[in-house]
Amino acid sequence: MIPEQKEKEQPTHSSIPDEWFQPKKKNTDDAESVVRPSLSYWQDAWRRLRQNKLAMSGLLFLILLGIMAVIGPWVSPHDVDTQNLPNQNQAPSMTHWFGTDELGRDVFTRTWYGARISLFVGLMAALIDFFIGVAYGGLSGYKGGRTDNIMMRIIEILYGLPYLLVVILLLVVMGPSLLTIIIALTVTGWVGMARIVRGQVLQLKHNEFVMASQSFGAKTKRIIQKNLLPNTMGPIIVQMTLTVPTAIFAEAFLSFLGLGIQSPYASWGMMANDALGVILSGDWWRLFFPAFFISATMFAFNVLGDGLQDALDPKLRR
Amino acid sequence: MAKYILKRFLYMVVTVFIIATLTFFLMNLLPGSPFNEERTTNEAVQRNLEAHYHLDEPLIVQYVLYLKSIVTMDFGPSIKQPTETVNSLLSRGFPISAELGVWTVLTALISGVALGVFAALKHNGVIDYIAMTIAVLGISIPNFVLATLLIQQLAVNLGILPAATWSSPQHMILPIVALATGPMAIIARLTRSSMLETLTQDYIKTARAKGLSPFKVIVKHALKNALMPVVTILGTLLAGILTGTFVIEKIFAIPGMGKYFVEGINQRDYPVIMGTTVFYSAFLVFMLFLVDIAYGILDPRIKLHKEGGS
Repeated sequence: MIPEQKEKEQPTHSSIPDEWFQPKKKNTDDAESVVRPSLSYWQDAWRRLRQNKLAMSGLLFLILLGIMAVIGPWVSPHDVDTQNLPNQNQAPSMTHWFGTDELGRDVFTRTWYGARISLFVGLMAALIDFFIGVAYGGLSGYKGGRTDNIMMRIIEILYGLPYLLVVILLLVVMGPSLLTIIIALTVTGWVGMARIVRGQVLQLKHNEFVMASQSFGAKTKRIIQKNLLPNTMGPIIVQMTLTVPTAIFAEAFLSFLGLGIQSPYASWGMMANDALGVILSGDWWRLFFPAFFISATMFAFNVLGDGLQDALDPKLRR
Repeated sequence: MAKYILKRFLYMVVTVFIIATLTFFLMNLLPGSPFNEERTTNEAVQRNLEAHYHLDEPLIVQYVLYLKSIVTMDFGPSIKQPTETVNSLLSRGFPISAELGVWTVLTALISGVALGVFAALKHNGVIDYIAMTIAVLGISIPNFVLATLLIQQLAVNLGILPAATWSSPQHMILPIVALATGPMAIIARLTRSSMLETLTQDYIKTARAKGLSPFKVIVKHALKNALMPVVTILGTLLAGILTGTFVIEKIFAIPGMGKYFVEGINQRDYPVIMGTTVFYSAFLVFMLFLVDIAYGILDPRIKLHKEGGS
């Protein structure tokens, strides 16, 4: 191909007058200079996430919620479960900012206590899903062949199990407590993470950098940990962000059914369930605060997850 | 195609078997027998009761009897309500729950698809933002919270709609809205993104260039293809709606299956819990099976791939 082109170019050259051609000045100033500062993947993602106002307000809300979950019950002069019957069902006031419930307990304190429970359950579920899902999905995707086949059949069956039904069944047997809720939520919850990690690993494992590692004699564990996982962190983080609201919903749902955190502790689902009993009396604050914080927290995690999905997608990188 | 259906069917059977087995052994892990609470029963009565429910047999015999009862769809008596059997509760509750479920699915599908299509057609317009705000809110507000808020606002404060029970079409509006909003939001988001992608395809340009009316292009050419992702998540949505019926039926005092299930949980009525769990799971897995097959029929690429592969 190349000699042919040269032959064709020859006559064209000779037909153009030589004076039309000018030698290009040798340019040494800025040929190698970088137009914009080089950003790492994470810096670039953070830069793009910052531009997403909705996602940033979600993040801000979650940070504030996290702070209040830690200090809220301390700041409040009232205890979570101290009953004060003369003060029952009081509307929000200077002493009880969010009002009181039918046992005279302070709704403000209980709301932040509920935030603790919800955030703890959500984050623990996401973290445990992460460890199991990454180990399982990474191994399945990297090993491939028969191992992958068997591991994926197991996942397909687990995926077919109705999530909340299994959780309910486990809680009926284990009895409701914070620990058993987290266990029940993660028994089948890691499957989604495992599928995502496996898909990513399958795409990545034939790349040269993996082969280079293999040729140095790296073990499977090291290749998964050092070569494959760092390159799949984007989708993993998005999945974790979206697991948290699912877990928070599940905890509230279970508390609402009476299978969640038990009294004297407070959780948002339980508070909403209690509020249902007094719904006819017009005590709006009983329902409003737990309902608002469950929804706002799930909203914040959802928009943050959507924002992260856009920010961490290398295809959308400019 | 036949091979694909057979494979899916086998998965279905295995999944139901696993759930049934899991349910059985988990329930057997529970300490004590169901009759321990009755303080007045003497030993002979207790032994008779245990013999009646085959609780004196070895575990493996009980397991076989249990599997047999599942195959014959006979889940035995309720322990806490002696006049009821699990079957009588199921046959009474299922039609009502099914009615609620069908209306919810229809509402969610129609409104979700419509919202998604309008949002995609007015991409980045006002309608798009409104539709997507509704969608994100719908995903974020749990169904039981929405249900209680609806009752508080529409039934108690304004008194427009009845707050509970299941006796007339007006009674059905609030439960259906509360249950359908979440799935609707998910469908709307999915339809929108898939519609946006489809509208840039060459065959849409071709259809427009042929001079077809915009309506025909959108409904016949774009929507038909844009709905494929919606079909794939129908299974997950059905699972969500089904579990959603537990709380919705509890809140609105609807005498459906979910209400009996929740009562069973609260009273620790183990045969009821076991029977309804297995029934729910089998129903859901069967629905997933139907969705898988529908997807195989609707998407020609799957058929080609499967036949080419075999």
